[in-house]
Amino acid sequence: MDIKVDRVVDAKGLACPMPIVRTKKAINELDAGQVLELQATDKGSVADIQAWAKSTGHQFLGTQQEDKVYRHYVRKSEPDEIKEEITFPHSVRNDELERLLDGEQEIHILDVREPAEYAFGRLKGSKNIPLGDLEQRADELNPEDEIYIVCRTGNRSNLAANLLTEKGFKNLKNVVPGMSEWTGSVERDEVKPLN
Amino acid sequence: MSEETKQSSLTKMTPHELTQIVAGHEELFVLDVRNETEFNDWKIEGENIEIINIPYFDLLDGIDPALDRIPDHKRLLVVCAKEGSSQYIGEQIAETGRENIYYLEGGMKLWSEHLEPVKVGELQSGGEIYQFVRMGKGCLSYMVLSEDEAVVIDTARLIQPYIDIAKKHNVQIKHVLDTHLHADHISGGRDLSQAAGASYWLPPKDADEVTYPYNQLVENEDLLIGNGKVKVHPIYSPGHTIGSTSFLIDDQYLLTGDILFIASIGRPDLAGKAEDWVSDLRNSLYELYGNLPEQLVVLPAHFGQVTELDDQGKVSAKLGDLFSHNPGLNMADEIEFRKTVTENLPPQPNAYQEIRQTNMGRINPDEEQQREMEMGPNRCAVHDK
Repeated sequence: MDIKVDRVVDAKGLACPMPIVRTKKAINELDAGQVLELQATDKGSVADIQAWAKSTGHQFLGTQQEDKVYRHYVRKSEPDEIKEEITFPHSVRNDELERLLDGEQEIHILDVREPAEYAFGRLKGSKNIPLGDLEQRADELNPEDEIYIVCRTGNRSNLAANLLTEKGFKNLKNVVPGMSEWTGSVERDEVKPLN
Repeated sequence: MSEETKQSSLTKMTPHELTQIVAGHEELFVLDVRNETEFNDWKIEGENIEIINIPYFDLLDGIDPALDRIPDHKRLLVVCAKEGSSQYIGEQIAETGRENIYYLEGGMKLWSEHLEPVKVGELQSGGEIYQFVRMGKGCLSYMVLSEDEAVVIDTARLIQPYIDIAKKHNVQIKHVLDTHLHADHISGGRDLSQAAGASYWLPPKDADEVTYPYNQLVENEDLLIGNGKVKVHPIYSPGHTIGSTSFLIDDQYLLTGDILFIASIGRPDLAGKAEDWVSDLRNSLYELYGNLPEQLVVLPAHFGQVTELDDQGKVSAKLGDLFSHNPGLNMADEIEFRKTVTENLPPQPNAYQEIRQTNMGRINPDEEQQREMEMGPNRCAVHDK
């Protein structure tokens, strides 16, 4: 699968610690919310990128393996993301949406996370437009539809809901908290399982 | 190599040198820079070894957090998974002007594979016996040499050390034996037998599913080396596996495989039959071994703690002493025994199912995968934690 990222770090052929050293340097140059792809051949990078992300607070999205190359995806954390206030008045909780998904009714879900986040776990049938692209791509959506907007924690979807309201969308719901606490089924791109 | 490497006083420590330190109960301070999960799973141990874990990626902004925790006066060894990160961090520590800073050659990967041959003793009938200590993993294997012939028992995956000793002593490896189908390490038995042109022997009851030809070890059918002078006498002693076989060598040494260790006894669950094999295990230990001469020298296939190593770096004990001190041989009754060997067992060795499949010849992982499967402690005894 092809995932849109903001920065690719090529550490193929490099041994530990260089993949993480390069990742750290690159992520310092990224803006919060942007996604980095680390390409490495060192198997140690699989566990280390996750441990490093945990230690630094950045969001580890997932790893794919193709031949001998590992592609690790990390999203730079936004320290204030969680503290932002949710201002959009219409929201549904995760479990309410889960019940709706189990029902017969067709529903529209907009996922405003980064493509890499979306690739590693999303709601079935959801459409992905990253928050940063929404301004230009709002015309892909129908303003008359009832649209459930989801992100990781409810903040980006809050911003997206406000933005689309300004554009005349009438029937929007912000899904809270969002994918970070989603316990129902998710769909993901086919990846080769790692051992 | 960077410019800094040449100027810094970072020194390489080989697995052999580290083995000497561990076996000699010398003092060493170890900074392990692998990630926390790997560290918690498995680390360097020694009686006078103090070890801390700070992942290298937590030291990329500076090594001060590590310096604060490293004592000034001690020899410092930095270790990582392979080598690179320990050099990277070690160089920075050395640049602060500290001395006695080492990194471990080949990292934990090489440490897990390194074999240290130690002479156990002479044979009455002429010849000698060596124990190969795999310090990083707690595995023990053996070579018995007499005149121009040798037999190897419980061969580790990497076979070069056996070939080297055989060459050094100018002997031909004639037989290669496994006491049982191993679940904690990949046997090098087949490889060694092919490389040396030796015959490979397995207990048939463990070999139901093996896919390659082998010779059947049969109780009381002795193998001979040293032109018939030295007897390797198989004794059927089930319990760890259904086929587990002990060897009495030179009427002096008892190779117990994974049935009896120095500080513990074998676990019966790794082939998935804990309940079934409890009474076999108890019978092998209490009846069979219980009736053997007390002065026999027990040579097991594993050790659990480095404290089991003696001053020469080898692991052995008199059978009589084990009947006095080993908790596994001193359980009041069958109920306590059953409880001990079936309940609260330590975690199973890493990838033990795949290792068994590999030893049967049913799967053929490449070298990197084999190494990966063998990572971590052996955990074949009931008291291992």
